[in-house]
Amino acid sequence: MDNDTLKKPGALSLLEIQRALNAQLLVGEDKLHHLFRACTGSDLMSDILNGPTHGVVLLTGLNNIQAVRTSVIAGVAAVVLVRGKQPTREMIDQARQHGLPLLCTPLTMFSSCGILFCEGLRGIDRNAPIRLQPAG
Amino acid sequence: MPHLNKSFNIKARDFTHAGEVSIHVQNILKTIGFHPSLIRRASICAYESEMNVVMYGSDGTFLLTVDPEMITLEVQDQGKGIENIELALQEGYSTATSEYREMGFGAGMGLPNIQKNADILEIHSDPGKGTRLKIEIKVRAG
Repeated sequence: MDNDTLKKPGALSLLEIQRALNAQLLVGEDKLHHLFRACTGSDLMSDILNGPTHGVVLLTGLNNIQAVRTSVIAGVAAVVLVRGKQPTREMIDQARQHGLPLLCTPLTMFSSCGILFCEGLRGIDRNAPIRLQPAG
Repeated sequence: MPHLNKSFNIKARDFTHAGEVSIHVQNILKTIGFHPSLIRRASICAYESEMNVVMYGSDGTFLLTVDPEMITLEVQDQGKGIENIELALQEGYSTATSEYREMGFGAGMGLPNIQKNADILEIHSDPGKGTRLKIEIKVRAG
């Protein structure tokens, strides 16, 4: 990985995230210019509640209403369903009721994480070591 | 600072509505004007305890008490109870069914998450008879 493909840590808007992930925006038209600095990916509800997830983007394959409610409880600021999952009407309504942007992308969790990382988002473990040059 | 008592019912295995009590609690605490970090801690405790009742209890009750010193959550059910509380407090230990795991539950972090976010946690359980949690979160540190 070189400096041309990896942007320095920064912020992405919801619109930039949508475009980077080729995502469909289901809820959040009024927050397209909202900025995010951190992201987390998980398919476990308790992971969402464990750690500094307030204000972050959540990438998840959990396609049920509990994923929306858990995100509201944790203070997650946007949810992206990965792997082509399509939320139910109930999930969309619940997300809209709580002002929680909801998107879905055809990309896998791994690819979505990688793309957003390269675009400048960082994880909730902000001090994680990142090697930019290969060893040797 | 108001004194407040509010009780809710929790319906076992009702995943359509599971979590609604906790969101209601979160909104009450936001309306009172607590610090966001305090609200988050209380909300996580509420949610994990509510979901435990939905998944493992029979129908249960949730009591929220707020006073100038403490936020108290008392969650009770007449479900199957906890066989080994010490084991249940270990991260990663779970008795979740495959159905619950497919929904994203069963990481074994429910009680540990409550313990991390509460200042005082009391667990009383009788296998076959039910479980009662009393969770206390101090409004002011120290």
